[in-house]
Formats: sequence, structure tokens, C-alpha cells
Amino acid sequence: MKRLSGFYLLAALVVLLPIIFPDNYYVTVVGVTALLHAILAVGLNLLMGYAGQISLGHAAFFGIGAYTSAILTTRYGWDPWAAIVVGIALTGSIAFLVSRPILRLKGHYLAMATLGLGIIANIVLVQAGDFTGGPDGLGDIPTLSLFGWALDTDLRWYWVMGATMLGTVWIALNIIDSRSGRALRALHGSEVAAEMMGINTTATKTGVFVLAALTASLAGSLFSHQQSFISPDSFSFFFSIELVTMVVLGGMASTYGAVFGAVVLTFLPELLVVFEDFEVMIFGAILMLMMIFLPQGIFVGLQTPFRRRLTRRESPIADTPGE
Amino acid sequence: MNIRKTLSTIAAGILLSLAAGQTVAADSIKIGSFLAVTGGASFLGDPELKTLQLYIGEINAGGGVNGKQIELVHYDTGGNPKKSVSFAKRLIQKDKVDLIIGGSTSGSTLAVMPLVDKAGMPFISLAGSVKIIKPVKRWTFKMPHTDAMAAAKIFGDMKRRGISKVALISGSGGFGKSGRTQSLALAPQYGIEIVSDESYGKKDTDMTAQLTKIRDTDAQAILNFGFGTGPAIVTKNVRQLGITLPLYQSHGVASKKYIDLAGDSAEGVRLPAAALLVAEMLPDTDPQKPVLLDYKRKFEAKFGPVSTFGGHAYDGLHIALEAIDRAGSTDKEKVRDQIEKTQGFIGTGGVYNMSPRDHLGLSLDAFKMLEIKNGDWTIVQ
Amino acid sequence: MLDQILQFVLTGITVGATYALVALGFSIIYNASDVVNFAQGEFVMIGAMSAIAMSAGENGLSPFLALPLAILLTIGVGIMLQRFAIAPAKGASVVTTIIITIGASIFLRGVALLLWGKDIFALPHFSGEQPIHIGNATLLPQNLWVMGGAALLVIGVHWFFNHTHQGKAILACSCNRTAAQLVGINVGKMMMIAYGLSAFLGAMAGLLVTPITFTSYDAGVMLGLKGFSAAILGGFGNPMGAVAGGVLLGLIESLSAGLISSGYKDAIGFIILLLVLFFRPSGLFGKATAERV
Repeated sequence: MKRLSGFYLLAALVVLLPIIFPDNYYVTVVGVTALLHAILAVGLNLLMGYAGQISLGHAAFFGIGAYTSAILTTRYGWDPWAAIVVGIALTGSIAFLVSRPILRLKGHYLAMATLGLGIIANIVLVQAGDFTGGPDGLGDIPTLSLFGWALDTDLRWYWVMGATMLGTVWIALNIIDSRSGRALRALHGSEVAAEMMGINTTATKTGVFVLAALTASLAGSLFSHQQSFISPDSFSFFFSIELVTMVVLGGMASTYGAVFGAVVLTFLPELLVVFEDFEVMIFGAILMLMMIFLPQGIFVGLQTPFRRRLTRRESPIADTPGE
Repeated sequence: MNIRKTLSTIAAGILLSLAAGQTVAADSIKIGSFLAVTGGASFLGDPELKTLQLYIGEINAGGGVNGKQIELVHYDTGGNPKKSVSFAKRLIQKDKVDLIIGGSTSGSTLAVMPLVDKAGMPFISLAGSVKIIKPVKRWTFKMPHTDAMAAAKIFGDMKRRGISKVALISGSGGFGKSGRTQSLALAPQYGIEIVSDESYGKKDTDMTAQLTKIRDTDAQAILNFGFGTGPAIVTKNVRQLGITLPLYQSHGVASKKYIDLAGDSAEGVRLPAAALLVAEMLPDTDPQKPVLLDYKRKFEAKFGPVSTFGGHAYDGLHIALEAIDRAGSTDKEKVRDQIEKTQGFIGTGGVYNMSPRDHLGLSLDAFKMLEIKNGDWTIVQ
Repeated sequence: MLDQILQFVLTGITVGATYALVALGFSIIYNASDVVNFAQGEFVMIGAMSAIAMSAGENGLSPFLALPLAILLTIGVGIMLQRFAIAPAKGASVVTTIIITIGASIFLRGVALLLWGKDIFALPHFSGEQPIHIGNATLLPQNLWVMGGAALLVIGVHWFFNHTHQGKAILACSCNRTAAQLVGINVGKMMMIAYGLSAFLGAMAGLLVTPITFTSYDAGVMLGLKGFSAAILGGFGNPMGAVAGGVLLGLIESLSAGLISSGYKDAIGFIILLLVLFFRPSGLFGKATAERV
């Protein structure tokens, strides 16, 4: 099982970190956020990296999941698990409905349409205050419990978020290696060519769009129960951009790259706070420099020369980046 | 690969500077703070942080509290509730502070309230919404007057002027929305009918469309809840459209900047605000006067015009330190109890009398109704 | 009612004129280099903020010196953006360049924050604030400055691309870079002209509207977003389409704020934009693109 060695390495890292550093703020607090972002980035990467469809509105699906969970549990007293399922079903249906017209668009027009969707969703969250709590947000969201094991500490959340992240990565890796994964990559290459080969491009694109939305919805529900308070600011256009940045920063079309990008972008602001007023400027500069010098993404960009050195003697064929 | 070398140098630099920031005085009182120092609400967080730094420096120079120096750990949230939650956790778990003063915006405060409750961390909020103290949460206190108090003060003034029909226009941010909700709820108690309910976006640059609609209603006055550029643009647009109705603003614009931006159009605008803006005009018998003048002098000597927002940080810091002094330790439970027992504290926001049922402790008198005349504030008698 | 609509239209055109200038900037850079420049809104902010900073205080420059200097500074920033951020990333994918320009916009905002602080600033109106009445609707003289200024700039840009040697050369670069190089066009120089021109338009927009709208270090974000939307609405890469898209977007927002709901006016704008894209996937005036196989 050589192709999964990366996965085992990642799993070991996720498991070992809190054991080596128990009660460490960077592991159990920032780490949980990083894991959450990783779930979102891996889902989005299926859409962007493999199917080649850009989305600047992914925060909307994250938000629909989060708000469905929050509203059903606080206003109607639902069981959190049932709320999560309803959230996923609702997000999936919405994603399916909008996918048909939206995915007909290409390039910048697709970017604009998804961006518009994200902004519309955010405006509804802000304006429908009677229902969503408006910009002040919704509080007192109950936490989850797993077989009577209440998720009431950061460490417990770390385990749940870690397991979910590993599950997402596992599913993503398997999809990419399956028949539909090859169809996906063909889409990225050339849609016309893919169609000629007998791939139903519309169905494939819709499928991956909905899948990415479902992942985001699940992440949203978890986020909602973990934070116990949510407000529209967490689901804004800026967060969509942040997610795209994570995917691109790590390296498109690499599941591990997406995880890596999520981790980097979660920790970077956390480390930059010491610079106070200089923080914004430095963050922008780092983002720019990394993309200028490693346009394939940090993970893929740094991995390629390293791997080439390893494989040089065995085969003269240049390898393709990523998994 | 030169770039990789550069990147690793940068990373090493960051780690070093992190390590350098960790040196901590042995026995000190640690006050944590998370404020919206940048972003759309920076006009709140910026003076708040400056005030905390100014007074903590001064108190430390004078020997500290109970012989202990005060240490301030602060983070900039940019007004983002999600960041506020993670910084609050950082303050509690990593920095292990004794008390938190912060949360410039209501969204940020509401987001961390469940957290401080669970951690048992005394928290003094600097945000406006009435939801922060109603219902009372054990560990959360609050310094600024609520939006409900502002609405009540405004409606009271309108009633005295015989106004019964009001057009409401509010910003779509947390402050504007919350103010709108409170205004709609309170209006009937004052016999006031809201005849128009408009809103505008945070970064909108022209509100003439909304105001044109308002012009064609039978409203007798206009009330604008919002902060930032919005209220200044509304004020200018009202005059541009030739609307002569009385215009009321909220305490969200209680800084000189608003008059600067709106210029002549601000003449005659009324708003409720803390007494800080009109400190010099208060009668000498007013117990707040010396406190206000002193804060104003110190702040303005260093940073320029005061706003009432920085004043909230002054009140929060002093209430906290007096509570720690009375408690004789930084035991969180004891400090919390002492904050709740605050009686007759004279601050910039008013005279605070807290109780287990009131974690704000201000009455409606703490607000003054101001009118802008000749480019300056005056008190409406 | 008719009075109201006239007011909404006048407001819409003023706001739309700003969007149009930003959208035009997007269009020019996209045409020249295939890059969606998300730092376009920052040009507007830099133009206005630097003019204010230079003319502020007792030792401040006179406006006749400060405004041209602010414009030159912004053009300089535009050219530097091309030289140091876009040019080195030659051959990067579209999404990568988007992230680069987003990084640049964050960087520029950070620099503005350090230089000029977080305050909100205003510029004085160019020729007084006495409202002009048209029936029951009113306009400020500055609204006329915005509309007139935008119209002149648009005509100027149109003329530049259709009647000057350099304008045509830039268009040639956008069609086929290698071919342009082969016929002796200095592609690098043309890129700098395109970015400089785009920054110039941003700075002009900033100077024209700031007396009405005020400005702050983060004022560029929303303008960039609206400008991009307008450029897409009109058909990306079609400069005159971008201008039409800008004015249209301004009108839609103003009319829906006045006639439907002010809370949802931005949402209505985006819904209309989406509907347009569903029926015309390349915007109102864009050319349909065929995928290269």
C-alpha cells in the first residue's frame, strides 16, 4: 500500500501531536481550527484542483451547514446529530439546484457567479435577523455528544475534528484514484476532450460540486457546535477567498497540499500577531512572495525537486506533482 | 533555491521574536484584552487600546496595585468574532491572564461569552448591545450604555418635542441592526410610530435613494443608527435633499470625527452621548467633572481628540483594578464578586452601581442629549 | 413617484460612474495580461489617501500640486505591481495570479494602514456643496464632476486604444504575445503602460468621489468587488462593456434600494448579475469564447 503511505504519515502526525504536546494552545485550539480548515480545503480542492472549477463562494455552503445546525438546535430543540444530517441534506439540495446553471459558466464568469452566490447568502444571514440572529449572531448552541461522551473540552474536539479530517482525506484520495477520479482529471485537462472520451462532463462536475458542498456543510455544523456561537462574519466573502488561498497555497490538485495550505494559513496570522500594526502588510507580502516564487503551491513546489532527487536514479521520467 | 533559505530565515525570525515575547514578570497582575484595533470598528478598538496602555503605564510607574505590576496582553481581532474566540482562548489557556477587558464589538463579545462562563474568567466587555447583560451572565460585565438606553433617551427627547412619527434608517452592521431592533421594540412605549424602516450597507457611499423615500413619508424626524462613514453620509444626504426634519444620530457617532466629516450638514443634529464629550460644560457640582477632565487631558496630551469609546476602557480598567484591590488577590471568583459589588464608581460613562441583577449599573441619566451647534457639542437642557 | 425615480437614477449614475472607472481598470489589465487584478480597488484608495496626506496640515501642499502628485504616485504603484509581482510570476495559472493580486491588495492596505492610520478622511468638494435642483431631485456639483470626469476618461481610453500606436500595440499584445514580439512590439513596456493606465483611472476615481464618499485605508475592498462585478456584467475584457456594466450596476442598486428593499439591494444586484450570466454566459457585451482543444 505504497500509495497510502502519505496518509499514514498524516494520521500519525494528527494522533501524536496532542500526545506529545497535551494542553498546548497551538495544538488543541489553533490545531482544531487548522483541522476544520483542512476539511474545507480538501473538499474545495476536489472541485478546484481536480475538476478545475473555481469557487469563490464556498463559505456559503459552510454557512448553510452551520446555520441549519444552530437554528434547529437552539430554536426548535432538535438533536444536534439530526440537525447535522438535515444541514447536509439541505446544503446538498441547494448545491444541486444551483450547480446546473452555474457550472455552465467558465473561468472568470464562474468565479463571479460563485462569488455572487456567497455574497447573497451572507446578505440573507445578516438581513433575516428574526431567524438568523442578524449580524449579532446566534448563541447558546449545544455541544455534540458521542455515545454519552460530551465534547466539552478542546482536546475532545481535537479528536473529533482530526478523525473527520482524516476521513475526508481518505475519501478524497480514494475518489481521485477511482474511475470517476480519472474523469475528474480529464475535465481539468480539457472538457471537450473528456466528452469525446465518453465522460459525462455535466454529471461529473455536478457530482463533485455537490460533494464539496456536503463536506463544507459537515464542517459548518461541527464548527457551529464547537464554537457554540456563530455570526455572519465567519461566512463572508473573505473566508471564501481564504479557502481558495489555502488550496492554491498548498498546491492545487494535491490533497496533502490542501491540508498543508490550511495549516499554514491558520498558523500564519497566529504567529504574525506579534508584529501588531505591521501584521496586515507582512501577511500580504508573504502571500505574494510565496505565490510568485512557488506558483505551484508550497507543498507541491517544494516536494517536486525533493522527489526528483530521490527518483533520479530509478527512472528518467519526470514525475507529476501531487497525489 | 535561494527562496527556501529566505523563507526559513523568516520562519526562524518569527520563532525567535515569539520566544522573546514570552518573558514575563514574576509576580504581576495579568490583564488580557482582545480589541478591534484594525478593521471597520477600529475607531472603537484603537482608543480603547491606547487608553489601556496609557493608564497601565501610569499605574505601574506609581507602584502598581497591591505592590504588583500590571501586565497587559492584547490581541487585535479586526472586529472578527471568530478571531475573538480564538484570542480569548489564547488569553485563558496560553497567557493565563487574571481578567479580560475587551470585545469592542457586540458580535465579538457575544461570541466569547459562553467561553468565559465555562472557564470562570471575569470579563468586562466594551461593547454596546443590551443582549450582553440581558439576561445576566455570571462572568460577563459591561461598561458602555446599551443601545436600548440610547433609543430610550432619543425617544424621550422626541416626545418632549412633540414628535410622534419617526423614520428609521440603520446600518447593516451589528451596531445598526441591534439599535434598529431596540428602537422598534421601544417606540410604542413612548407613543412613537416608526413610519419608515430603511437600511444601508457598511461601505455604501450614497443613501439618497433611502432618504428620498423617507422624504415622501409623513415622518416628523429621522433617526439613524450606525457608525463609521454611514452616519456622516446620511447627514450630508439629508441636507442635500433639502430635508429639514430634525435628525437624530446614535451614540455610535460620539466623536469629533463625525462633525469633521459631516461639516455644516451636522448643524442641529442631536444624539445621546456620555458626558465626556462635554466635560467642560458640566456644572462644577457634577461629580463626574474632575474624572472626565483628567481623562481628557491625559489622553489628548498623547493621542488627540477623545472619544467616549476610549472612556469605556478607562472605566473597565479602573473597576477591574479596584475589584482586585478589594479582593486582595487575583482569585477569579473573588474578583468577580467584587466587580459585582461595585458601588458609586465614578467613571467616564457615568456612575456605576452594579448588582447581581445588573452587570452594567448605569442609569439613563448617564447619557446626555447633545446637539451640534457651530461645529461643537452643546448640552440640550 | 416620478420625482423619486429621477432622484434614484441620478444617484445610480453617480455611483455607477465610480464602478465604471474601476471596471475599466480591470478590463484594461485583463486585456493586456490575462490577469484579474484584485488590487484595482486599492488604486482608488491610494489616489485619494495620498492626496489627502500630502495636502494635510499647515505645511501641506496646495491641491494643485497634491492631486497630480497623488496620481503619479498611484501610477508608480501600478507599474511596480506589474514589475515586481506580476512579471516574475510569468506562466502562473489564472488562480495563482488571482491570489498574487489579492496578496498585493492586502499588502497595499497594510502599507496604507501604517502610513496614514485607520481614520476616515474626506477631501473638500471641488466647487462647493450647494445642491442643484432638477425638478424635485437634487444633485451636488461634485456629482457632476464625477459623471463628467468619468465620461471624459472613458472617451480618452477609447480613443487611446483605437487611435494611437501604443494603444493598438497593447491590444496586439493581448491577442498574441509572441506575434506582437515578432513584429517588434516591446511587450514589457506595453504591460507597464497598461498597468499605469489602470492605476491612473483608479486614482482619478478616488479623487473624484472622495469628497462625497470619504475614504479610509480599507475603502478599496468594496470598490474592487463592485468593479469586478461590473466588468463581468458588461462582458469581461470589453472595456466599453465594463463601463456599461458599471453604470448599470449603480442604477440597479439605487433603484432597488428605492423601490424594493434597501436591506437587500446588494443581493438584488448580484441576483440580476447571476440571471444575466445564466442567459448570457459571457456577460451582456462579451464575446462567447470557444474552448481551445
